[in-house]
Amino acid sequence: MKRLIPALMVLAGLAAPALAGPAQDAQIAAYLTAAKAADPGFAGFSAARGKAFFMADHTGGKPDTPSCTSCHTKNVTVAGQTRAGKAIDPMALSKTPDRFSDPAKVEKWFGRNCNSVLGRDCTPAEKGDVLSWLVSQ
Amino acid sequence: MIRSVSVFGLIAVALGLVVVPSLPAIAEDEGERFPPIKHEATLKECAACHMAFQPQMLPQRSWAAIMGDLANHFGEDATLAPDVQKDITDYLVANAADARGKSRWMRRIAATETPLRITETPAWIRAHAEEVNPARFTDPKVKSKANCMACHRGADKGYYEDD
Repeated sequence: MKRLIPALMVLAGLAAPALAGPAQDAQIAAYLTAAKAADPGFAGFSAARGKAFFMADHTGGKPDTPSCTSCHTKNVTVAGQTRAGKAIDPMALSKTPDRFSDPAKVEKWFGRNCNSVLGRDCTPAEKGDVLSWLVSQ
Repeated sequence: MIRSVSVFGLIAVALGLVVVPSLPAIAEDEGERFPPIKHEATLKECAACHMAFQPQMLPQRSWAAIMGDLANHFGEDATLAPDVQKDITDYLVANAADARGKSRWMRRIAATETPLRITETPAWIRAHAEEVNPARFTDPKVKSKANCMACHRGADKGYYEDD
């Protein structure tokens, strides 16, 4: 039975190459715990909501960066570009497999970029929605 | 043992003193050379968004001002953990244009001025004024004057020869 588990994992990997690994799952689970702590009725993350949030123009942030797409572009499977012209690896997990595997890095960039784009921290629900979408891409 | 290490250190410092001033001594028309950045945190953090600019292109007071307001970093929040921020600030200040006496890059920067952009320094302006069509800086492939490497391929290694 124990031998079956790795075999099943390989099969699952073949079926869904963009499947999040343990590190990404743990990150999303941590945001779920935080989201439920903030709102006991929280029903779970939505990739569709995450995509809409990522694509939207926001107000309250810095004028040069109204949206996540200001730097990451509307196509998360291709490289983005910083305002200084440097390439940013695609946000889609299928294209950049080590994305969202380092919790400190994930928090660092949500912290900076939510402030740049929205002028505030993102909520755990917003972060979890966006991650749920990006790991599926 | 300690003594031999310190002697080695002294030799290294002496070599550094001999080598470093000879680097920027290239004639102005042939471009600039700065020592490549080897400071780990500076490379990792600064170069996450833009090439890590060599500290020799701004005075100490400029680096202190830039690193003191990372929450408003040229239109973005570039906040760092306090220990990392201090580590990078110390490196930049210790290697700034005026860290070892006056450099050519410091010429014409008034003592009352604190330029926050390398592209605002008289040396940068002079190096680009006649040679570069301003439209090139807004070309989508270049995007920004901060993208040195769009034209100077070895800029991250400190080479700014004219291309």
